Amino acid sequence: MNSFTYQRPDAVPAAVRALTADPTAKFIAGGTNLLDLMKENVERPTQLIDLNRLPLATIEEQPDGGLRLGALVTNADTAYDARVETRYPLLARAILAGASPQLRNMATDGGNLFQRTRCYYFYDTATPCNKREPGSGCSALHGYNRIHAILGTSESCIATHPSDMCVALAALGATVQVSGPDGERSIAFADFHRLPADAPERDNTLRPGELVTAIDLPPAGFADHYAYVKIRDRQSYAFALVSVAAALELDAQGVITDARLTLGGVAHKPWRDAEAEALMQGQPATRATFERAAEQVLRDAKGFGHNTFKIELAKRTIVRALLQATEMPSAL
Amino acid sequence: MPQHVISPNRPVQAAALPPPTAAVTLTINGTAHRLEVAPWVSLLDALRDYLDLTGTKKGCDHGQCGACTVLVNGKRINSCLTLAVMKDGAEITTIEGLANGEELHPFQAAFVAHDAFQCGYCTPGQICSAVGLQQEGRVRTTDDIRELMSGNICRCGAYPNIVDAIAEVMQTPRPAPAS
Repeated sequence: MNSFTYQRPDAVPAAVRALTADPTAKFIAGGTNLLDLMKENVERPTQLIDLNRLPLATIEEQPDGGLRLGALVTNADTAYDARVETRYPLLARAILAGASPQLRNMATDGGNLFQRTRCYYFYDTATPCNKREPGSGCSALHGYNRIHAILGTSESCIATHPSDMCVALAALGATVQVSGPDGERSIAFADFHRLPADAPERDNTLRPGELVTAIDLPPAGFADHYAYVKIRDRQSYAFALVSVAAALELDAQGVITDARLTLGGVAHKPWRDAEAEALMQGQPATRATFERAAEQVLRDAKGFGHNTFKIELAKRTIVRALLQATEMPSAL
Repeated sequence: MPQHVISPNRPVQAAALPPPTAAVTLTINGTAHRLEVAPWVSLLDALRDYLDLTGTKKGCDHGQCGACTVLVNGKRINSCLTLAVMKDGAEITTIEGLANGEELHPFQAAFVAHDAFQCGYCTPGQICSAVGLQQEGRVRTTDDIRELMSGNICRCGAYPNIVDAIAEVMQTPRPAPAS
């Protein structure tokens, strides 16, 4: 780990000023990913700005019936919050599918959005990686790429986003609240993370100096029909090969009136497919409908050898998740 | 007595710089300790190298094995993945703080009774994690114990006895056998 200076502001504007004044500084909240990357010399900030004294650690009701998750609420406190468990069980399940209890006790909701890829080559400073060192090349493209992306890839990067929580947030249509040098703004969750294109060093669309202050959940939580299915190499405490967040609204006849479908482990960001969702709208909640949706999601999928199995795995996982969401006993 | 400790545990690159240290107060197992630490000192290194509390183990140092698990303000965390400066003012419980004098903590006694270790290196982390697990109140079956202890790796593979020891203390029912 390199040496660095440390400060701990107690207000959001001070934190934003500190980062704006020092572009080589980094915010730290839970630290579970950043400190790991610093120990590997992948991240080398000259200053850490500790956010933990900012007043952003509460979950609050919103006027529209939604919930606001403060950026500093821990993943554990979010997953076990009675309102989240009852109204947004998809989010609770996704959070609990990730990491370990110790890590969930440290990791924050805001920080979860900034997890970096677990691509082996990104972590290995002895190998080229366009995300770690722009222009150096992608070692995964023709290397060992079993955990890598099959959707939205580019010639410069086939890394995946590692979060489970973000897959559920994308499916729910959350909004990210941001404070920066030019004031506050809201970012739709689908627009927060980005595809690699020719700039894989940029994971998200934040501007310099901006700080995530909260994540807003919309009123619709899909608590009656949801599933988070995560396929991984061991049953607990492992990143997803493929994960699926599925959420449905069904009418009395079992016809789909609203559908959400987002994949993790397959792309540089949570992969939500609006066309596949639209295709299910008005259709019966049957295996045939779900198989058509799965084909739609994977229509442009491309494997790179070791990860080509993910295409079929993703289709099957989509169908399984949607069937689970359909068949779950109603909350009432 | 508050202790004042300066450790040589600094990165090589810092040699040319004046060491930027910060005063940190950590209440560990009920005793307040005041330390001067560089910002890059992990909580784990502060415990082991500054305070000689070597019961907390360094396994992977990357948050993957759980050997460094301690309780901070009552919650189990990986002490390798947080900085001592970030925990200024916190209440910390380590394996050294669990027994009541010569009387073992129930989890310690159960680990002994169930032979829930071989080499013992992961044991302090397993036991601190179990204390956190119990306080979280989310366990209904032994399957829950397995899932919620998955952040603690045992290279010797003592898992069946670890689960037995924890289940005994928490009086966890075993799942009904499949009929």
